[in-house]
Amino acid sequence: MRPSFMLGLILSLLALAAALVSLVWTPHDVAALSIAEKLKPPSPMHWLGTDHFGRDIASMLMAGARTSIAVALVAVGIGMGAGVPLGLLAAARTGTLTDEVVMRGNDLIFAFPSLVIAILITAVFGPSAVNAIIAIGIFNIPVFARVARGGALGLWTLDFIRAAEVAGKGRTRISAEHILPNILNLLIVQGTIQFSLGVLAEAGLSYVGLGAQPPTPSWGRMLAEAQTMVTLAPHVAIFPGLAIVLTVLGLNLLGDGLRDRLDPRLGRGP
Amino acid sequence: MQRYLLGRLISLALSLLVASLVIFAVIEVVPGDAASYMLGLNASEETVAALRDRLGLNEPPPLRYLHWVAGMLRGDFGQSYTYRVPVAELVGQRLAVSLPLALYALLLAVAIAFPAGLLAAARRGRGLDAAVMGATQVGIALPNFWFAMLLVLAFALHWRIFPAGGFPGWGEPLAGLRALTLPAVALALPQAAILARVLRSALIETVGQDYIRTARAKGLTAGQAILHHALRNAMVPVLTIMGMQFSFLLAGAIIIENVFYLPGLGRLIFQAITQRDLIVVESVVMILVFAVIVVTFLVDLAYAAIDPRLRKRA
Amino acid sequence: MSLLSVRDLAVTIGAAPILSGVSLDIDAGEVFGLVGESGSGKSMTALSLMGLLPEGARASGRVEYLGQNLLTLSERALTGLRGREIGMIFQEPMTALNPMKTIGDQVAETLVIHRAAGGAQARAVARERLARVGLPEDRFPLSLYPHELSGGQRQRVAIAMAIALRPRLLVADEPTTALDVTTQAQILDLLKGLAHDEGMALMLITHDLAVVAQMADRVAVMQAGRIVEAGATGDVFRRRSHPYTRSLLAAAGHRPARRRQALRDMLLSVEGAVREYMLPRPSAFAAHPRLRAVDGVSLTIRRGESLGLVGESGCGKSTLSRAILGLDPLQGGAIRLDGQAVTAGHRMPRALRAKMQVVFQDPYGSFDPRHRVERLVAEPFHLTGRPGDVRARVAAALEEVGLSAADMGKYIHEFSGGQRQRIAIARALIIRPDLIVLDEAVSALDLRVRAQVLDLLAGLQESHGLAYLFISHDLSVVRNITDRVLVMRRGRIVEEGGTEEVFAAPQDDYTRRLIAATPVIPAHLKEPDDAEPR
Repeated sequence: MRPSFMLGLILSLLALAAALVSLVWTPHDVAALSIAEKLKPPSPMHWLGTDHFGRDIASMLMAGARTSIAVALVAVGIGMGAGVPLGLLAAARTGTLTDEVVMRGNDLIFAFPSLVIAILITAVFGPSAVNAIIAIGIFNIPVFARVARGGALGLWTLDFIRAAEVAGKGRTRISAEHILPNILNLLIVQGTIQFSLGVLAEAGLSYVGLGAQPPTPSWGRMLAEAQTMVTLAPHVAIFPGLAIVLTVLGLNLLGDGLRDRLDPRLGRGP
Repeated sequence: MQRYLLGRLISLALSLLVASLVIFAVIEVVPGDAASYMLGLNASEETVAALRDRLGLNEPPPLRYLHWVAGMLRGDFGQSYTYRVPVAELVGQRLAVSLPLALYALLLAVAIAFPAGLLAAARRGRGLDAAVMGATQVGIALPNFWFAMLLVLAFALHWRIFPAGGFPGWGEPLAGLRALTLPAVALALPQAAILARVLRSALIETVGQDYIRTARAKGLTAGQAILHHALRNAMVPVLTIMGMQFSFLLAGAIIIENVFYLPGLGRLIFQAITQRDLIVVESVVMILVFAVIVVTFLVDLAYAAIDPRLRKRA
Repeated sequence: MSLLSVRDLAVTIGAAPILSGVSLDIDAGEVFGLVGESGSGKSMTALSLMGLLPEGARASGRVEYLGQNLLTLSERALTGLRGREIGMIFQEPMTALNPMKTIGDQVAETLVIHRAAGGAQARAVARERLARVGLPEDRFPLSLYPHELSGGQRQRVAIAMAIALRPRLLVADEPTTALDVTTQAQILDLLKGLAHDEGMALMLITHDLAVVAQMADRVAVMQAGRIVEAGATGDVFRRRSHPYTRSLLAAAGHRPARRRQALRDMLLSVEGAVREYMLPRPSAFAAHPRLRAVDGVSLTIRRGESLGLVGESGCGKSTLSRAILGLDPLQGGAIRLDGQAVTAGHRMPRALRAKMQVVFQDPYGSFDPRHRVERLVAEPFHLTGRPGDVRARVAAALEEVGLSAADMGKYIHEFSGGQRQRIAIARALIIRPDLIVLDEAVSALDLRVRAQVLDLLAGLQESHGLAYLFISHDLSVVRNITDRVLVMRRGRIVEEGGTEEVFAAPQDDYTRRLIAATPVIPAHLKEPDDAEPR
């Protein structure tokens, strides 16, 4: 196992563990304000210091991991759930109007960067974590549709698909039985990449106030609140940023490692 | 070539049409109607009715859509409700900040990514490659707004080389450029990391092609083969990414403009959201989408310029 | 002194030996054939001569070119030799040229890079060399891009690049394997002519014994990274002192023992089949032009009969086979199988589909890599409903094709190419069809494996009363396994008749050209020389 893959795995699991543990335990109450304790640097009492309301930063980071991971995970789910069937459909009907419509629809969504989608949704429905999920999720749809279509197109030219057709199987059945299992590797790798992009996007949206609203803890909003205090107490800005960098880095390394391990080329058995 | 061009143009026009429909429809589903939404809960019946009249909300939606599109085609994006000036004028002022910023950032990204990607590809599997790739992994993971805060902390507050925010205007071009430097760096570095990785893998893939072996059999050195044969072929995926990045930089600058208090499109759109100025939101979103679609079109043209297979019918 | 002298060349990649103890000599101006099955190390030998071994490969021994050991030469000195002293062409003309550069620039580059000529002069030489390889200026201006040329034309460009500086040695690695037979004959002629006219030595690497027999002055036979036999071509072919050479030559001339089946009632009839494709519009408002890939083809197959369908790539034979299999609709004509109409898609009854099965060319792409052999072989049961004893039937089918029942738990990557084709045959057999379409089914196999698979097919035909539609570009294979043959060209059948009659006395001009172009081992080299004790 390559060390970078190990590092990725460890960092990703750490973020996940922090999120899960925060459900039952954090070092301090996330909501507990204590103005007397405000902007304290890291200490045995507060491992990563406190913010401008005296809240424990370590605890907030743990709870923030929950938001980040939940938003990114659901957004990947939306992207996969809608994008993969669309991509498979387009590949199975390549050259037809269906393919054309799916692909043009994809291009159209690509013309709306996720931030722009979020802005539109927010302008209409107001900011919330759910809207952030929808915005990132919509953006993920064409990504997965493209990956699925690209992988499927390569497979459709192969003779084992021809053999399945000769065995009387329809396109839908072939897509489910032969195509999907063979592009699963591609999808898993893309999934980790979109997951990490989702964490980044959630942080960005929350930072400008389009994402999770108080009191839902969020890394992006912690940074927004820290901005004015960055000279007084740099740790308030540094730790949430590091949390994002390490999580995203971990997920990317994990994705790269998975790509190497689950080489999607045919002819290498499972 | 004409066929390709025409096809791309039709696709461009269709994308714009559908995008405008989508944006119009989204604004249309505002709870209540746009006028009461914009004025908030405390507005009186008469003011709402007056605004509704001014916005033309009493017309049926298809007619309103046509008015909106026809206006945009003439360069008339409506009147901002809060600023009481034509939206076109507002956007023009703001683009004078956002567009240079995006270009500046793209330029920086290319300047960093090309040497890094080439070097990593040429030294594939060695220490330098590993170092460059490690650095790009960190670069990709950096949220640009956080990186911007660190830049401000270091270069504006500690060393005082660059301003921490604000924009003096283009009256003094150098001062303007200076004000945009930290934002551009914050935007560019994560993008440079992505671009360097794409360039490296495109080059490595191309170097594995048969025609590179043919070139080597002719007597080209490995370096000459990369320069004369691989680079141009590897540009196709790189261009794709660069096109997406320019779009991203234009839209993504929205966040960075907030960090540096730059009066760009991004600030405009946030102010418009908080002030519920739907006319500005609608138009600015349309302009951003327009920019993305046009850049995609330009990238398609660039493909044709580098790939003879696309200009078959020249 | 010979031009090139290789002594005890060994190549390893990691711990794996690729070549060992390879020694050979090539004299100035001679054609030297290097022959062997895939994976025998032919290409690696060629790449070692060029100093272009893949990364991680280590070579030892001596490769002396005019007394200089190329293995110890600096990269700089090697680049001076490549293209100037030793030229090389490769197997795949479709990918061997840079798609983004004109053919003129690519040929001229050889001159420019070696500082033999600059700009205009280099282009003039490129022009002259392209004309020499059969691409005259009026039809092939220097400004063409590779995608505007056919495979054969691209291979000519590659040759022009390799001989631009009149090297003393041209290494040709399977230069015609990817080409049609008529094109192959032209390219081989060109290479032979070039070697003769320019006094250039030619190292011809091929798997095709007939090509070597026709072309080479001397030949070396390679097996598993070693040269097992070498000498003058006539001597090697007649003497066959090494058992491997003997088995190769036996396989090349192998004819499966077939008893002509009693012809029974009609099984498949195709009447006036037309299959058209829409091409992209030439301008935005013009109608789509149509390409007739299959243009009024009629044919019949009786039960127990073996019909050959031969033609070069793009002649429409695969398109026709897709229509026969009920995968694509026809635009005209009709196909009837056992009296019922064959239609594409869902409308075709499963029971009718179950009467025919198919074996494809590519032993690697023919199976889903994620399923076990049991599931792969059982797939056609989708047409008939799964019987209760699937495992027993799969086991029986595997045993019928010479594999064991225990193989059904394995994945496809655990098998060799020949074994995979056997599994494909088992898959086709398992629902007891009447007709099996063999679409280039043995084309990708090495000689000896091919002979075994052909024997198997002949035996199964006899025991099951199967009818075969044997589609191939390879005339010699079709000749050995079919009763009747159809020759297809540009979507039409140009000749039809009993296989022996057609091969002995072809009536159509195209058939004659096809047969003339197919390389054969000359009669005097076909039989071992018994007078010579081994």
